[in-house]
Amino acid sequence: MGVATYIKNEKDAVEKVVLQSGIEVKPVYTPADLEEAGFSYENDLAGPGEFPFTRGIHPLGYRSRDWTTRQYTGFGTPEQTNERFKLMISHGQTGLNVAFDLPTQMGYDSDSPLAEGEVGRVGMAVDSLRDFEIAFKDIPLNRIGVGLTINAVACIMLAMYQAVAEKFGFSRTEISATPQNDILKEMVGRGAWIYPVEPAVRLIGDTIEYAMKELPRCNPVSVCGYHIRESGCTPAQEISYALMIAFAYIDNVVARGYRAEDFVGRFSFNLNVYGNLWETVAKFRAARKLWAKLLKERYDVRDKKALFLRGIFGGGGSGLTKQQPENNIMRGAYYALAAALSGAQTTALCSFDEAYTIPTERAALLSLRTFQILMEEVGLRDTVDPLAGSYFMETLTLQMEKKILEEVDKVAKIGGMVRAVSSGYVQAEVAKQAYEWEKALQQGLVTKVGVNKYTDGVDMEVELHQYNEEWAQLQTQRLQELRRTRDAAAVKEALKAVEKAAREKTNVMPPLVEACKSYATVGEMADVFRQVFGGHVEPSIF
Amino acid sequence: MAKRKIRVLLAKPGLDGHDRGAKVVAHALKEAGMEVIYTGLHQTVQSIINQAIQEDVDVIGLSIMSGAHVPICRKLMSMVREQGLDDMHVVVGGVIPTPDFAAMKEMGIEGIFPGGSPFNDIVDFIKTVTNAR
Repeated sequence: MGVATYIKNEKDAVEKVVLQSGIEVKPVYTPADLEEAGFSYENDLAGPGEFPFTRGIHPLGYRSRDWTTRQYTGFGTPEQTNERFKLMISHGQTGLNVAFDLPTQMGYDSDSPLAEGEVGRVGMAVDSLRDFEIAFKDIPLNRIGVGLTINAVACIMLAMYQAVAEKFGFSRTEISATPQNDILKEMVGRGAWIYPVEPAVRLIGDTIEYAMKELPRCNPVSVCGYHIRESGCTPAQEISYALMIAFAYIDNVVARGYRAEDFVGRFSFNLNVYGNLWETVAKFRAARKLWAKLLKERYDVRDKKALFLRGIFGGGGSGLTKQQPENNIMRGAYYALAAALSGAQTTALCSFDEAYTIPTERAALLSLRTFQILMEEVGLRDTVDPLAGSYFMETLTLQMEKKILEEVDKVAKIGGMVRAVSSGYVQAEVAKQAYEWEKALQQGLVTKVGVNKYTDGVDMEVELHQYNEEWAQLQTQRLQELRRTRDAAAVKEALKAVEKAAREKTNVMPPLVEACKSYATVGEMADVFRQVFGGHVEPSIF
Repeated sequence: MAKRKIRVLLAKPGLDGHDRGAKVVAHALKEAGMEVIYTGLHQTVQSIINQAIQEDVDVIGLSIMSGAHVPICRKLMSMVREQGLDDMHVVVGGVIPTPDFAAMKEMGIEGIFPGGSPFNDIVDFIKTVTNAR
């Protein structure tokens, strides 16, 4: 498993096809395949919007509601991010997806020595509420949904989002934020972790509990198979790990005495689109079905809406290549097609220059246009789940379901995702897959156009997004000015309350909102948790 | 006398946590018979230099995806010189735009391997520079 294989005979006919998840694809499918797989219309498919939601969660799919496009945006100073936000909204984008720079993601202020060279580089620098006031100026926060791509300090950023919304006169009950807030996948795939596994999961539990009571339109967690897939796992593993991560968070909140039914409806997922088209579509259909089925079985969730797998299915950067970068425009279009055929409610696309740099304005806009062409020109809004009933697609969906469950069982045997991540099992598994894939690519066993085949194309230079070192100075000046002018006593008091909640295991969110309003900095709040919880140590996998 | 294995310190400097490339290269160098020490994430340049000295490596391989490769390399190379590590070879992989190659080479970075570079190129390069000494 792990490497898609195409075996050709001497006449160049394709003799054998095995998908990355380890499923062999036949040349022809007939009703006999459905019968052999045990396919039942009622149990495996049913109508769109009906359990088990294989065909999507809305009865009328894109007919009733276009997908939300949410390109990942943010760089430099909050002013620049605000400009880009407004630009994307004016071009028809319906949600925002905020990128934060690495110091912010790691809980360091812009003037920390550890932030050197990184301020505003891969996203917006946020030190305090003042920065959010600039970034979200004139954005209708009651209408635009905002994804906050942050994890280790997601609780701080969600609190800050509530603080800025209230400052602008919006009620906390009308704002819709989706902090990424998935620390287990950071430990597997993206690496922006700070605190040890257990307290880090508890902070996520706090945000879920708080959102359930106070932020009815927020989605406190976006469970990310996406980054684990980017790190190298197979599509089947992506879904199984995402499901097991979600269960780890549910368990944390259920242990506080709540019913999963009361909060799991606000969970969302961030899943990856690249690779084989059919495998991708089958993956999403199987994922929706399994999420609904397992929530019923494990947590006795009955409310229909709470069983919906909602989320962003986005075109993955790993599919893109530095070689012949214009090919990435084509890849992006096919990934967007896969997302549409999968019934994605929200989508985003890595831009063609993203193998080099964060997207330029031109590239980001091209991604947005790709979605608009699919929905408004090509006919992807016409009918729901157009591949339903295909002998091939239904067979493949059932096979994917089985593969996903096999991986779910492996993690369950270890004792769940918290343990499987603490021990390094998942990390080692993913790194192994990544290596096998790369090796196969280099040996030519799998084809990547322009990389290991058809390599004689023009290696054009792409226009690069420019980083300006002055942004860091500007940001640092603003931060130091803030430190001079804010009410120091109020900040101290607010941070004490955060510390108390962290130690006494009461919910950290209410004191965090107050701390944000007092203009405590992200670094100061994150440091409180560093003192109380300590730091995460990576399990060695080599 | 048996020849000492080539020792490589693979390092992730800075706050960036994308380590797929570093881990994949670690696998490849090990398979090519080298001794690989992986620092793990979020390393300061100082701690990378310390580990390189402690582990007595021949090569430091930096993996950088955040775009901060120029300032990070500048800092590392000045510390390499400060510490008198004249024998140390430094190679860099990750998201490195071509226009930055010249500046990095000038700093003393010997090999630059952007994402997707063939394992063989990396392995051969390391073998060549360590033998040439």
